[in-house]
Amino acid sequence: MSADLMGYDEALEKFDPVMGLEVHVELNTASKMFCGCSTVFGAEPNTQTCPVCLGLPGAMPVVNRTGVESAIRIGLALNCSIAEWCRFARKNYFYPDMPKNFQTSQYDEPIAFEGFMDVDVDGEIFRVEIERAHMEEDTGKSTHVGGATGRIHGADHSLVDYNRAGIPLIEIVTKPIRGAGEKAPEVARAYVQQLRELIVALGVSEARMDQGNLRADVNLSLSVKGDDTLGTRSETKNVNSFRSIERAVRYEVQRHAAVLSEGGKIVQETRHWHEDTGITTSGREKSDAEDYRYFPEPDLVPVAPSAEWVEELRATLPENPTARRARLQGEWGFSDLEMRDTVGAGALGLVEETIAAGASPQSARKWWLSELARRANDAGVDLVDLAVTPADVARVQALVDAKSINDKLARQVFDGVLAGEGTPDEVVEKRGLAVVSDDGALSAAIDNAVAANPDVAEKIRDGKHAAAGALIGAVMKEMRGQADAGRVRELILEKLA
Amino acid sequence: MSDLTRRTAAQLADALAAGETSSVEVTQAHLDRIAEVDGAVHAFLHVDGEGALAQAREADARRAAGTSASGLDGVPIAVKDVLATRGMPTTCGSKILEGWFPPYDATVVERLRAAGTPILGKTNMDEFAMGSSTEHSAYGATHNPWDLDRIPGGSGGGSAAAVAAFEAPLAIGTDTGGSIRQPGAVTGTVGVKPTYGGVSRYGLVALANSLDQAGPVTRTVLDSALLHEVIGGHDKRDSTSIDQPLPKLVEAARLGATGDMRGVRVGVVKELTGEGYQAGVQARFDESVQLLVDAGAEVVEVSCPTFVHAMAAYYLILPAEASSNLAKFDAMRYGLRVLPEGVDAPSAEEVMRATRDRGFGDEVKRRIILGTYALSSGYYDAYYGQAQKVRTLITRDFAAAFEKADVLVSPTAPTTAFKLGEKLDDPIAMYLNDLATIPANLAGVPGISVPSGLAEEDGLPTGFQVLAPALADDRVYRVGAALEALLQDRWGGPLLDKAPSLNGVSA
Repeated sequence: MSADLMGYDEALEKFDPVMGLEVHVELNTASKMFCGCSTVFGAEPNTQTCPVCLGLPGAMPVVNRTGVESAIRIGLALNCSIAEWCRFARKNYFYPDMPKNFQTSQYDEPIAFEGFMDVDVDGEIFRVEIERAHMEEDTGKSTHVGGATGRIHGADHSLVDYNRAGIPLIEIVTKPIRGAGEKAPEVARAYVQQLRELIVALGVSEARMDQGNLRADVNLSLSVKGDDTLGTRSETKNVNSFRSIERAVRYEVQRHAAVLSEGGKIVQETRHWHEDTGITTSGREKSDAEDYRYFPEPDLVPVAPSAEWVEELRATLPENPTARRARLQGEWGFSDLEMRDTVGAGALGLVEETIAAGASPQSARKWWLSELARRANDAGVDLVDLAVTPADVARVQALVDAKSINDKLARQVFDGVLAGEGTPDEVVEKRGLAVVSDDGALSAAIDNAVAANPDVAEKIRDGKHAAAGALIGAVMKEMRGQADAGRVRELILEKLA
Repeated sequence: MSDLTRRTAAQLADALAAGETSSVEVTQAHLDRIAEVDGAVHAFLHVDGEGALAQAREADARRAAGTSASGLDGVPIAVKDVLATRGMPTTCGSKILEGWFPPYDATVVERLRAAGTPILGKTNMDEFAMGSSTEHSAYGATHNPWDLDRIPGGSGGGSAAAVAAFEAPLAIGTDTGGSIRQPGAVTGTVGVKPTYGGVSRYGLVALANSLDQAGPVTRTVLDSALLHEVIGGHDKRDSTSIDQPLPKLVEAARLGATGDMRGVRVGVVKELTGEGYQAGVQARFDESVQLLVDAGAEVVEVSCPTFVHAMAAYYLILPAEASSNLAKFDAMRYGLRVLPEGVDAPSAEEVMRATRDRGFGDEVKRRIILGTYALSSGYYDAYYGQAQKVRTLITRDFAAAFEKADVLVSPTAPTTAFKLGEKLDDPIAMYLNDLATIPANLAGVPGISVPSGLAEEDGLPTGFQVLAPALADDRVYRVGAALEALLQDRWGGPLLDKAPSLNGVSA
């Protein structure tokens, strides 16, 4: 039952969107939040478990100090106050992938609170206020087998992998974001993008949305224009790419607007985001009866980070995003427009890493913002989730610079890398993509081209060098692109001098 | 050598050290005694004869090689079925855990194994330690060795009865509101609840995490001290365990045994005597206080006015924590799994519901409902929140009282052992058994119960409780050992000499 949508512009004339973003960051600590089990991704199911993370009777949690450290660093980077004293709490509810049937989390005493992030949206700064960042543990992962969609409905059985149970998470919750107006989708996207950059710079998480290291929930409600009263919100869960965040906000604005304009009511519920169709559908209705019965976890002692420790951690923070952007723009010599496009595409970190791997700023920008952006768009994924690394891009550019390949071949190299054929060098090798630098072979092809195009050859002999393009094209065609066009031109001009 | 079972753990340790007997002989003697009486007493849910004898052989091999693992190396022990034991079932007295073999040892059990004490088996208890009579065990009640028609106390009635019936010289109990001390009182044995955090809770299946504490169950104060020193001390797997050395407990017990109480200030808690206490219990208590005075103690009356709210606070905090702890029993990973009747392809939720309905007893369900309610949104502040405030006040009352006295004393339980079935249908009457023991759990302070004699009216054992400030466990050993020595002088031997022999009772 897909709801009717109102046109986006019309919706924005009548309503103001109010957003709340909840982002879960999976930390990259070596061990889990409350036990010594490994956190390595991709191990055989249920091999990274122990009595504690399986919630066996009698087992007790012990807090991972590195997890607390990462939480404090994230809090500080988000300009939050750090609690002098805080506790873990139990969030009680039943679910088969939650071993204890309560999640050890934080409730009214988060480790970090009251912060903000200045988000760059098309060159303008929008301040997103942070309500809290708190520590918690992940649940196990359920796989529902036998149904059509992988969801529990229609499945004939479910498998649970507890390797993920107990992995440390930091949940970052914004205050209601108002005043973004028509830019709400872009603000949401830019916030999560910038948050991811920050997490990567802090080095506390792999922060890969495609692997679930970074998961975003988008809460949205509409207020009638001119009236501050908050509308009923929907909570769209697990929106797992930047572009989906933008799309989900846009979709929910249009859906809410349509319902409200027809005199309908928004139901407070969780909604599922469908990447393929770009719509949300109703999940679980959130009634008032949902009661997590939070209370302080009696098996853990309070976390009380000393002021000295917090200051030590503050000294380890990376530079703030605004300063970083200004510095990088200067170092790279980008125009304002180039910088804005780079940030908007979520490519700042990728370009930086590509440059660090040896590419020039302009070549790094060129690949990410044109060729690779197009491919990401075609595949419907974020740039960071493309199966090509900054090191790959730098290597491709190095091959181009060495004239081993040209731009056209470079695109074929990316095809190969994205298809999983290996590193750029391996793809060049396997596909035989090296530029032909043998003047003899080129000379034969040129002779063929001259013979086939005597009139063009004549023009060149008459000094009309611009006509050489037609011959170069014919030679490149015969060489199936594997020639250095510059060298071909030189040889043609020599022959027809 | 049937008299091996009549000896104290300290005596057995001496005999083993002197080579007068072997751990295999001692262990076998207790296994024989279990075979002889446990059919009638039902202290054990599981007896591990083979495992215990294997450990005994190892202990003997160490002795033969001239080494020993600890002062208690080779002295057998029974463990309450609420502690996780590798290779032995751990049921917590509940059907929902029937047949569960933990893949790990509780820290206490690990320390017992390291100390070389052969583990005879697992003792009976009220389901998930909820009760004061052991009648709430899903596997049938334990019987009091003094009178088999009576309750042995609870929840640790199995451990107390095993020690009282000479089936084991030592046992481990756990005490959330009196489950070590009250069974001690009604079976004429010694039980100690250490300072909260003094003994690791890792592997203790939690009833109420902020109240639970494991401790010794023995026939003498010295034996408790010896055992306490084996199981106590910091454990990094329990965040609430105290990271500092234990006080010198054995030394304190030996000092106390001299009977010299000069310089010790004893506070009688006004709110824990008088009304509500059986006449014979009160009489034995008064007599014991007089003995301490005669031995040089200075006795003062202290008032702890907030103790009257202890029971109410306890029955909010305990069910709240328990309701959350018991959520993990959902048939998904271990233990009982019940498929609902008449349901084709039941969902996980339906299986959870059917299993919990069948697997939990009435008292457990009652407390889950109470706790769930107390934590509910809109009620939290009025119930759980308020109870925590009362807890703070009780802790302050203790602090004030310990300004005036080194230890506080009271009868351990208000009555002697009642008849099996007598209070089963009256939860409040059952809860009142723990009136005097609960405040110590709420404040985290240590306590001991030592036998103080037999009540005139029914000839059944009564207990004397000694409480000390947190971390001062040595004081309860000193005063407990002093009273034990003074009373045994008067009686001409241990109180348990007056208990029925039970010889051949199961035959």
